[in-house]
Amino acid sequence: MDVTLNIRRFDPGVPQPESYWQSFDVSIEDNGTVLDALIKIREDTDGTLSLRCSCRSSICGSCAVRINGHAGLACKLQASAVMGDDNVITVEPAGVMPVVKDLVVDFEPFWEKIRAVKPYLQPQGLEPESEYIASNESMLHLSSVTACIMCGACVSDCTVLEVDPTFLGPAALAKAYRFTADPRDGDTDGVSKERLQDLTQATGMWDCTRCTECVTACPKGVAPMDRIMALRDQAIAAGLTNSNGARHAEVFGELVGHSGRLDELKLPVKTVGMFNIPAMLGFLPVGIRALIHGKMPSPIHKNIEGVEGFRRLYKKAEEAGEE
Amino acid sequence: MKYAYFPGCVSRGGCPELNQATKLICQRLDIELQEMPRASCTGAGVLQEKNQFLGDTLNARTFALAEGLGLPILTICSTCQGVMGQANRRMKNDPEYLAKINVSLAEEGLEYKGTAQPKHLLWILIEDYGLDKLLEQVTRPLNGARLAPFYGCYLVRPPDALDFEENPSRQDSLERLIEALGATLVDFAGKSRCCGFPILTINEKNSVAMVAKHTSEVKDLGADAMVTPCPLCHLNLDGYQPKAAKQARRPIDMPIIHLPQLVGMAMGISARDLGLQRHIINTKPLITKLGVAAG
Repeated sequence: MDVTLNIRRFDPGVPQPESYWQSFDVSIEDNGTVLDALIKIREDTDGTLSLRCSCRSSICGSCAVRINGHAGLACKLQASAVMGDDNVITVEPAGVMPVVKDLVVDFEPFWEKIRAVKPYLQPQGLEPESEYIASNESMLHLSSVTACIMCGACVSDCTVLEVDPTFLGPAALAKAYRFTADPRDGDTDGVSKERLQDLTQATGMWDCTRCTECVTACPKGVAPMDRIMALRDQAIAAGLTNSNGARHAEVFGELVGHSGRLDELKLPVKTVGMFNIPAMLGFLPVGIRALIHGKMPSPIHKNIEGVEGFRRLYKKAEEAGEE
Repeated sequence: MKYAYFPGCVSRGGCPELNQATKLICQRLDIELQEMPRASCTGAGVLQEKNQFLGDTLNARTFALAEGLGLPILTICSTCQGVMGQANRRMKNDPEYLAKINVSLAEEGLEYKGTAQPKHLLWILIEDYGLDKLLEQVTRPLNGARLAPFYGCYLVRPPDALDFEENPSRQDSLERLIEALGATLVDFAGKSRCCGFPILTINEKNSVAMVAKHTSEVKDLGADAMVTPCPLCHLNLDGYQPKAAKQARRPIDMPIIHLPQLVGMAMGISARDLGLQRHIINTKPLITKLGVAAG
């Protein structure tokens, strides 16, 4: 099978280095992977092409790159599945992290975030007389998170990290969840309150936009965003509700549960707090512009029809869901 | 063609022009919209964060109401569509889960049988109405306009909640619609990224930085406007663009057009009727360029 790889290259060794595109035609087996094509180019055509790889069976996490704009493991994706009608595949280095050369990126920012969440068990209280006991169920639940191979695909495509390099990011937050959800971590009830407290700070769990890029990018089904949502749930359950993020979630439910529809005026006000003068002033220019352009939601918020029945149902489902 | 109309909260709050433009083009295209005055908010993914069962129950309730009408659901918001699709998938894949949800629905004498089909207007125009038939209604092709698509996360991810496997053409539906209406497509990687709206009240700086990133990028590519099927994206990309320009220390002035406004302009409907004067970023240069009647 003939494929064309458009590769974004970068050579730090030249004066004023800049990234550029280079196209390679290569012939591989019909069931060959993108990595097979890359290796063939390096072996046969251009020995200067830099890339990382090792296991070729999606377990070592070395070969994450952007394929057709989205992060994935080059060894896991068959070329035939990702090439367009013109047999072209674009390959770029992973996003967010600085490029060292061609498809190789510097993972230091990645490891820095992993270290920041203290990726080791921190049990509190007295040590048990024998081993720590954890249920099969809890360990099976964790196995989906520990499936992470640290390939950085989720970090590459994180929309928040793109604009804010201080965000802990999907890999580190999923790693943190691996410990907060471990019954051996935290107090004797398995609640990791201090850990959760740290993660509710700016750059933590509440900064995720829920864009789902990381869930799509992850080649191992870790679903980092779902873990971040579970962290939020744990934080609220542990009483850590003094943050805009926690208030936003709480107030959203309150407003919808009351009228059946979202009250767009009350949501931001109640999230930042009515007496948070700087934040309220910050809303002012936006509010005035909205008013001038007839975009300000009506201050008289209408309930949906039959709201009484809806409220009963809401309450019932809320309780059933909490069980 | 008749649908149960689910406009969502924002098109009746911060983006009334979206509701207005949708009703107008549907009327002209003979797409009948049946209102659902009892339908509630989908939870927008926020309720689901805290209590997925509760969020799914609210959507099951809306689905049951649509089943009662015997109509498929038409949505005009990427977030509503995505959240409904995710809920529907969970319930269809797990009959026991659906049965549990139906216990809550019985509180209002409702039952969801699992047959609802929520569908975004974008998909309906292409899959149900048909681009060929739509083009017959085009009286003023958008020739000369350079337009960039912006989907909204929930209309691109996760793929299985959007039935991409069964309908692969959904993945570039917006690009195809833009081109079919005669405009030049300004393609860019940011089209399927996040607009920043979900964290607006939590981390405004990051949210606004996302607005700046996407709007500046298409500006530099020479786009006249961005088109979005998501009113939440519109609220952020349009409403917070003045702040984004300040943060990025550059002028941007990128109009953010709702999907039905785009279709309406091509059908010869006036700018005023489509609510184009209700945008924060001035749409007049675009209207003038296209020769759209001010109205």
